[in-house]
Amino acid sequence: MKLVIAVIKPFKLDEVREALSAIGVQGITATEVKGFGRQKGHTELYRGAEYVVDFLPKIKLEIAVSDGFVDKTIDTILKTASTGKIGDGKIFVLELQEAIRVRTGEKGEEAL
Amino acid sequence: METQLIELAYALDTLYFLVMGAFVMWMAAGFTMLEAGLVRAKNTAEILTKNISLYSISCIMYMVVGYNLMYPGGGSGIVPDLAFFLGTDNTVEAVVGSGGDVYYSGMSDHFFQVVFVATACSIISGAVAERMKLWPFLLFCVFMTSIIYPVQGYWKWGGGFLDAAGFSDFAGSGVVHLCGAAAALAGVIVLGSRKGKYKDGKPQAMPGANLPLATLGTFILWLGWFGFNGGSELIVSNVVEANAVSLIFVNTNLAAAGGVMGALILSKMMFGKSDLTMALNGAIAGLVSITAEPLAPTPGLALIIGFIGGLIVVFSIITLDKLNIDDPVGAISAHGTAGIWGLLAVTLTGGSLGAQLYGIIVIFLWTFIASFIIWKIIHTIYGLRVTEEEEEEGVDISECGLEAYPEFSKQFDSAPSVYPKK
Repeated sequence: MKLVIAVIKPFKLDEVREALSAIGVQGITATEVKGFGRQKGHTELYRGAEYVVDFLPKIKLEIAVSDGFVDKTIDTILKTASTGKIGDGKIFVLELQEAIRVRTGEKGEEAL
Repeated sequence: METQLIELAYALDTLYFLVMGAFVMWMAAGFTMLEAGLVRAKNTAEILTKNISLYSISCIMYMVVGYNLMYPGGGSGIVPDLAFFLGTDNTVEAVVGSGGDVYYSGMSDHFFQVVFVATACSIISGAVAERMKLWPFLLFCVFMTSIIYPVQGYWKWGGGFLDAAGFSDFAGSGVVHLCGAAAALAGVIVLGSRKGKYKDGKPQAMPGANLPLATLGTFILWLGWFGFNGGSELIVSNVVEANAVSLIFVNTNLAAAGGVMGALILSKMMFGKSDLTMALNGAIAGLVSITAEPLAPTPGLALIIGFIGGLIVVFSIITLDKLNIDDPVGAISAHGTAGIWGLLAVTLTGGSLGAQLYGIIVIFLWTFIASFIIWKIIHTIYGLRVTEEEEEEGVDISECGLEAYPEFSKQFDSAPSVYPKK
């Protein structure tokens, strides 16, 4: 099993979520985060004082999938979360050691 | 019939004082909302508490001693006579017997005056926001409303030496606004700037938490100002006076409008952006600018006076920041710098430059020096400033033990996890 972590632009959340549901993903965790990559931030102005906002709002998705599903998941995210402009985000894939459903105690791919 | 007319005019003019006074009282809500919107979330509850308390203290101390100090039965012109509490009101016989010379209730005059004191104190609260302890501030207010404000008010409106010298200040650009700003400036100098506000001399932005409130507050002040300037004509019950009051309303309105546009246009030109907070300060500056003389100018001139006030306030805010004088809401600029301009603008409609400068210098020096001394004494005995940790955490916690926006600042539960220290 793998844990796919995707940091995306906030307004892309609905689109990505719908596309993932369509390919059969059954569970997603979303967190509001702040981050930057090479994009860095932008300058804002308040009463004549400039200040740089480096950390921009993003959404982090965590999706646990079986090994065979990883490529499809990544492709879907890439297709829907991308705008072609800087700040689109990043995808990380981690090895997932165990997954357990709290209600029933099911383990492994049964729990996904 | 004659008696009835005298009584009717008395009732009308008394009602006028009461209604205009109530409008000015509403400005307390305006200041509260404006300041609450321009400070950060963690300091909002404290500034709300400060505003409602200073209003209350102003009313109390002015009733106890301030009013009589400002409008004494006698006095040397410099030192007013001392008297406490309020006397009794006019009898029907006294009013009718005066043939209409006594034309309003003494209580209504007190009510109209007391809300002006609260305005002056309110100016200070914004300038010292986010790092001053609450109770030392309220202690200063006691002195401000019982001595500092009434004495300089006596010098002009109570028949003292500034009035005799020909100094002109219709509704208080000097007596209220410059006075409040001078006290604020003294306080800010003793207090120091917020931690992290100036890095290598350059101002760091600390954006306000609630711009809708700040804008609402400004509109409330705008509305209240019709009472502030309109009521200062002091009478409405004949054709001449009714027309005068009407012109004052129009001029006040236009000056505010001019102030907004002046500040907004200048902000766009200087920063490339239309800074809302500058526009709000511009409205106030426009209103302060016309307050010294809202009756004599034509509406067109009132508009220009307000517009220039809007330009001045932006420059003043930038300059104070360059001098590392930290004023989170721009109070010193909107009330002090614009107040000075308002007093000087009186010369455009016949005032004497010498007399205006005299008044400006006297009011500023008296208020600044007296305030500085009292701030210093309070600071030495109690300390004015919260600790660094308290400033970081927010004065809502240290001074009030609660938060203004508990659900927004806590992500994981709806009750704040910091409880007041026992």
